[in-house]
Amino acid sequence: MAEKRTIELDLATTGLDPQGRPVRVPLAPEFRRPGATAVAEEEPLLGGEHMLLNLGPQHPATHGVLRLVVELDGEVVVRVVPHVGYLHSGFEKLGEYRQYNQIIPLTDRTDYLAPMSNNVGLTMAAEKLMGIEITERCKVLRLIACEMSRIISHLVWLGTTSIDIGAFTPFLWTFWQREKVYNLQEMWTGARLTTSVTRVGGLMADIPDGFTEGLREFCRGFPATIDEVDRALTRNAIWVGRTQGVGVLSAEEAINYSLSGPMLRASGVAYDVRKDRPYLDYETYDFDVAVGSAGDVYDRYLVRLEELRQSNRILEQALDRLPDGPINVSDPRVILPSKRAAMSDMEAMIFHFKQVMEGVKAPVGEAYFPIEGPKGELGNFLVSDGSAKPVRWRIRPPAFINLAALSKMSEGHLLSDLIAINASVDIVMGEVDR
Amino acid sequence: MNPSAAALKERFGNAVSRILESCGDTIVYVAVGSAREALRWLKETREQEYDYLVDITAIEYRDPEQPIEVVYELFSLKRQTPLRVKVPLSKSAPLEVDSVVPLWNGANWLEREVFDMFGITFRGHPDLRRILMWETYAEGYPLRKDFPLRGRFSRSEQLRQALNASPEAHYSMEELSIAQTYHELPIEMRERLSRGERGKVPETRSDG
Repeated sequence: MAEKRTIELDLATTGLDPQGRPVRVPLAPEFRRPGATAVAEEEPLLGGEHMLLNLGPQHPATHGVLRLVVELDGEVVVRVVPHVGYLHSGFEKLGEYRQYNQIIPLTDRTDYLAPMSNNVGLTMAAEKLMGIEITERCKVLRLIACEMSRIISHLVWLGTTSIDIGAFTPFLWTFWQREKVYNLQEMWTGARLTTSVTRVGGLMADIPDGFTEGLREFCRGFPATIDEVDRALTRNAIWVGRTQGVGVLSAEEAINYSLSGPMLRASGVAYDVRKDRPYLDYETYDFDVAVGSAGDVYDRYLVRLEELRQSNRILEQALDRLPDGPINVSDPRVILPSKRAAMSDMEAMIFHFKQVMEGVKAPVGEAYFPIEGPKGELGNFLVSDGSAKPVRWRIRPPAFINLAALSKMSEGHLLSDLIAINASVDIVMGEVDR
Repeated sequence: MNPSAAALKERFGNAVSRILESCGDTIVYVAVGSAREALRWLKETREQEYDYLVDITAIEYRDPEQPIEVVYELFSLKRQTPLRVKVPLSKSAPLEVDSVVPLWNGANWLEREVFDMFGITFRGHPDLRRILMWETYAEGYPLRKDFPLRGRFSRSEQLRQALNASPEAHYSMEELSIAQTYHELPIEMRERLSRGERGKVPETRSDG
């Protein structure tokens, strides 16, 4: 259990009793059943009579098609056996039959709450494999894509988790802001979900007119919403009581379970791929990595809330430095020539033909490229045998690996806490099952 | 080149068969017999400290002569250094390697996935079951190169099997042993279970 922490509360309770257990607010005397005792007293366990409860795969609180088989002792969780795979689509297998650029639409559908950062992750791995250096403008635009994705993913998380725990209003605020980012995303890529915004060596399209102004306006207004959620939840007695000391993982355990992203940082491990294995020039941006200390659901909430603020900061800096110039590398073996050139220039037409018919060939070798996705370390591992299609495409799925710690986190908690813990993992089944 | 590779070679000698670099990543090939010890050494030795297991996966090459490789992607959080360890498994021998769950709990699901997708057995794994495919899946190991993209069975056969699956097949025997669940099942389910039918795939029709 986490140590008791002092938090200034708007209501009367600290949320935890001296033993560190969440306090259940006592009913007023007139509502108490005659003979019922006060709250903190242990109720006798129903010795031996465990219950098997099947939760999901169709259940709103499991965030998709996760199925949990839960062994209950009264209301206390004894064991959780997660069943995944209901959304398995075999993306990795499909990728072995596709050229590198043709894999990009598959990545949209893995973590479908943050498609643009998946696009970036895959193309960065392919470029590492092929030794392609992307242009400055492309770097900044990809970084904008990554941070926009982080914001929408965290906003979905915040909204749905608050609903899971019983607060409805933050859901409306966060989805309203998410809609604004989605509009920008649609403006840029033409799609809200299946963005496929990157290409090996560049981008599908440059940003349209009015995009930077729109994003700036969003960045100006967005912190007010974070503050609003902050005011509504951070010192709210119900929120604190439902989240503090729940689902605790120590730093050692978090590392041992290979957790990444906000899950790992909430346990006090300051590992952020953007800082520790920088890409897209993240090391030149001024931002802080949010790190928790208790490793409970509350700290995961605080970490993600802070990451929203930091992402907003990064976006503002990226807009300030966005350079002019081409978005694609000038290598005709990788980037399709313009329609005009392909129709009038013989050489361009040959390159066009070869790219369309044969695809972009990668040299023999393999590359693992991690990025800091919204859920954690999103790795793409590509192995090439010299042909235009990878021998093996592996996604290191952060949500899948984070979910593996669910059983460990929820043992001994109440069934209702299991919902809060599961929400705190921030899973998206498209990525868990792939 | 990551100096840990040379240190590993010095410590384990001939068990380290190859060290190479690809796209700036250092790759060390370790013989299957010493795999777990080498990983333990990398994790626990003072100057190495690869405390973070990033990923476990496997590669099967299109060339059928080449061995299947189990890939361990390691990272040292203290020294911020990555290292990739590969364990080649010859296709002529059983595909088996020691589990690293005793070293990292995070390996549990990752090894289950490799088992599910490639059919590689991890010796000493506490709960080696299929994870993404269902437990009674009978078409083989999807990420193997001899596995056709559309699966081994026809769509109609897949549908027939799905419709014929018995409901208790969705629970493991261990789950059914919770409390008195087993005794509360309908009689025909209990009979099927007592005949050991759980997990068995209905016979393929000969005319199918």
